[in-house]
Amino acid sequence: MTLQAYLTLAAMLFCIGFFGVMTRRNTIGILLGIELMLNAVNINLVAFARYHGDVSGMVFTVFTICITVAEVALGLALVILIYRIRRTAVADHLDLLKG
Amino acid sequence: MAATGDYALWAWLAPGVSFLLLSLVVPLRRSGRPAAWLSIVLSAGALAGAVLAWRATVPDMARRILWEWIPVEDGVLTSVGVLADADSTLMLILVALVSFLVQVYSLGYLADEPPPSLGRYYAYQSLFAFSMMGLVLAPNFVQLFICWELVGLCSYLLIGYWYQRPEAARAAVKAFWVTKAGDVGFLIGIVMLWSRTGTFDFSELFEMAQGGSDALTGLGLVMAFIYLGAAGKSAQFPFHIWLPDAMEGPTPVSALIHAATMVTAGVYMLFRASFLFEQTPEVLHAVGWIGAFTALFAATMACVQADIKRVLAYSTVSQLGYMMAAIGAGFASAGFLHLLTHGVFKALLFLGAGAIIHAVGSNDIFAMGGLARRMPQTFVVFLIGTLSLTGIPFFAGFFSKEEILGATWAGGLTMPFAMLVLAAFLTAFYMFRVVFIAFFGAPVAAAAGAPAHGAHGAHDAAHAHDAPATMTVVLWVLGLLALAIGIGFARSYPESEFVAPGWITPLAIGVAVGGIALATAVYPLRWISPERLARRLSVLGEAAHERFWLDDFFALVYRIGILGLSRIVGWIDRYIVDGILNVLSAWTLTAGDRLRRIQSGQAQDYIYGVALGVLLLMVWMRWPR
Repeated sequence: MTLQAYLTLAAMLFCIGFFGVMTRRNTIGILLGIELMLNAVNINLVAFARYHGDVSGMVFTVFTICITVAEVALGLALVILIYRIRRTAVADHLDLLKG
Repeated sequence: MAATGDYALWAWLAPGVSFLLLSLVVPLRRSGRPAAWLSIVLSAGALAGAVLAWRATVPDMARRILWEWIPVEDGVLTSVGVLADADSTLMLILVALVSFLVQVYSLGYLADEPPPSLGRYYAYQSLFAFSMMGLVLAPNFVQLFICWELVGLCSYLLIGYWYQRPEAARAAVKAFWVTKAGDVGFLIGIVMLWSRTGTFDFSELFEMAQGGSDALTGLGLVMAFIYLGAAGKSAQFPFHIWLPDAMEGPTPVSALIHAATMVTAGVYMLFRASFLFEQTPEVLHAVGWIGAFTALFAATMACVQADIKRVLAYSTVSQLGYMMAAIGAGFASAGFLHLLTHGVFKALLFLGAGAIIHAVGSNDIFAMGGLARRMPQTFVVFLIGTLSLTGIPFFAGFFSKEEILGATWAGGLTMPFAMLVLAAFLTAFYMFRVVFIAFFGAPVAAAAGAPAHGAHGAHDAAHAHDAPATMTVVLWVLGLLALAIGIGFARSYPESEFVAPGWITPLAIGVAVGGIALATAVYPLRWISPERLARRLSVLGEAAHERFWLDDFFALVYRIGILGLSRIVGWIDRYIVDGILNVLSAWTLTAGDRLRRIQSGQAQDYIYGVALGVLLLMVWMRWPR
C-alpha cells in the first residue's frame, strides 16, 4: 500500500468529520465529528512515521490519543452540565457568545 | 583672611533651618508663639552672623564658598554658594536687621491672630529671610534668579496672608502676576547673557569686563531684558501698579518686603551687575530716565492718597525711582547707599504707621488726627522717619538723597535731575501732609467710615495709645539707627566717585524745606485751602487719584488681550482639538456597534470562519508568484 492511500483515507475521514462538525445540530454529534478529524490526523502521523521509518510519529500519536480521550471526557461533561442547566443540547440554542 | 564667607553662610542658613522646622514640624507651627520665638531667635542669630561677616570683610576682596551644582561635560554649568564682600554683607545686615526687627514687632502687631496662622506667618517670614539672604549672597545669576523667584513667592504668600479677604487675595495675585511679567524678561536676559559669555558667575563676568572681552560687546538687548526683571521687582514705571495694592498684607510685611528689602532687590541686582550695565550706556540711560520719571510720577500719586500705607507705598516707588536714577547715571554706589538708608527709615515709617493702624483701627489718615498727644512715642519716631525721607540734614536720608541728586547731575542726566528735584519737593509735601493730618488737628468724622483693616476694628483715634513694648522698642531701635546714620554721615563724609557742584546741598535742603513749608501752609495753617488747591490742579489731581488710569489700562489689556486670547484658545481647544477626538471616538463606537452583529454566538459559525481562513491561507500560500 502506498502512502497516498493512507493519506487519502485520512483526508476523507477529516472531511467527513468536518462535515459532521459543521452540520450536526446536536452537540454530541459535533464532538463525534471532532473525534473523527483528530483520528484522521492520527492516521496521517502513523502513515508518515512508517514512510520515514521514524518512531517519533508513533509516539506522538499515542500522546494525541491520550489527550483526545481527556478532551472528549471534558467535552461530554460540559455538554451534560449545559443540558442540565439549559435543558437542551442543541448547538443552535447555545448562543451565549452572541455580541 | 577671616571667615567672612562662613559667617555669611551661617547667617543665610539660620532662617532656612527655622523655615524647615516650622514647615515640617506641624505641631510646632500650629502652636503659634513658640514658633514665633524660634523664628525670632534664629533670625537674631542670622543678624549676628551678618554683622560678624561684615566686620570680617577685607576691602576689595570677595570671599567665595561654592558648591558645584549642575555638572556638565566640560566643567560645571552653575554652582551655589555665597559671595561675601563688603557690599553684599552690608546688604545682608540690612536684611537680617529689618527682618529680625519686623519679626519682633509682628509679635505685638499680630497678637490677636489664632496660633496656627501666626505659625504660618512666621514660617513665611523665615522663608523670606532665607531667600532674600540667598539673593543677596548669590555668586551667580542662577542662584540670584532662584532666590528672586522665592522672594516673589513669599511676597505673594504674605500679601495674601489674610486670604479670606478678597482684596488681599486679588492684590497677592496682582503682585505675583506683574512681577512675573518682568521676571520672564529677566530669565530671557540671563540665558542670553549665558549664551554670549558661557558663564553665570559674577566673578568670571567681572573679569571678562575688566579684560575688555569681546563677548561683552553689544549687550544692549540682553541688559534691557535683565533690567526688565529689576523694573518688575522694584516697581518701576509701568510695573509699579502692584506695589500700592500689596499694602493689603499685614503692615510689618509691608515694612519688610515692600519697603526695605524685597522691592530693593532690583536695585541691588543692578548694583551687583553694574559692571555689565556699564558696557551698555544706552540701557543705563533708559534706566535713569525711567527711574526719575517713576520718582516724580509716584510722588504725585502719593500726594492725593488718603490711606497712610498707600502714601508710604507710593513713596517707596518714588524712592526706588531715585535709586534707579542714580544707577542710570552710572554711579551705582550712590543708589546702593540710598537703598541702605531707605531700608532703615522706610521700615521705620511703615512700622510707625502699623502702630497707628493698630491703635486707630483704620488706614485712613483723616480718621486719625491729633495723635501727637495720644501716641507721643510713635509721633517722635514717625517724625524721625519723615525727616529722613524728606532729606533734612542729620537724618539718614539726607546724605544719600543728595548723593543721588549729585550723581544724576554729574552723570549728565539734566532732565531727570530736574524731575528728581521736583519729586523731592513733593516728597516733603506729601509726608508732612500725612504728619499734619494724622498727628495734629481733630479726626474728620466723615471719613471714619473707611474700612478697618485687620482684626482690631474696635479702636478709634480718640482712645488711641502707644503700642505695646515689643512694637515701640523696635520703633525706637530703627529711629535711633536712622538718627545715628544721619549723624555718622554728617561727621565723616565718605568721598564720592564723582564731583557734584556745591549748590546741590543747599538746593536739596531748600526743596525739602519748601515742601514742608507748603504742607504747613496748606494743612495746619490753612493759608491755602486744600480744596482750592485740589480744584486749581483738578485735572492732575483727578488723574493722580485715578492712578493715571494705568491700573485701568492694564486691566483693559488683561481683559482684551489675555482673556480674549484665552477665549480664542479655549474655542480652539473645545471645538477643534476636542472635536477631532469626539469624532474619532464616535466613529469607533459606531464601527464597534456595527461589527458586533457578526458575532452570532453560534459555535458552528465560528468554525466556518476558521475554515474559511485556513482555506484563504492555503490559497495565498500556493498562489503562483
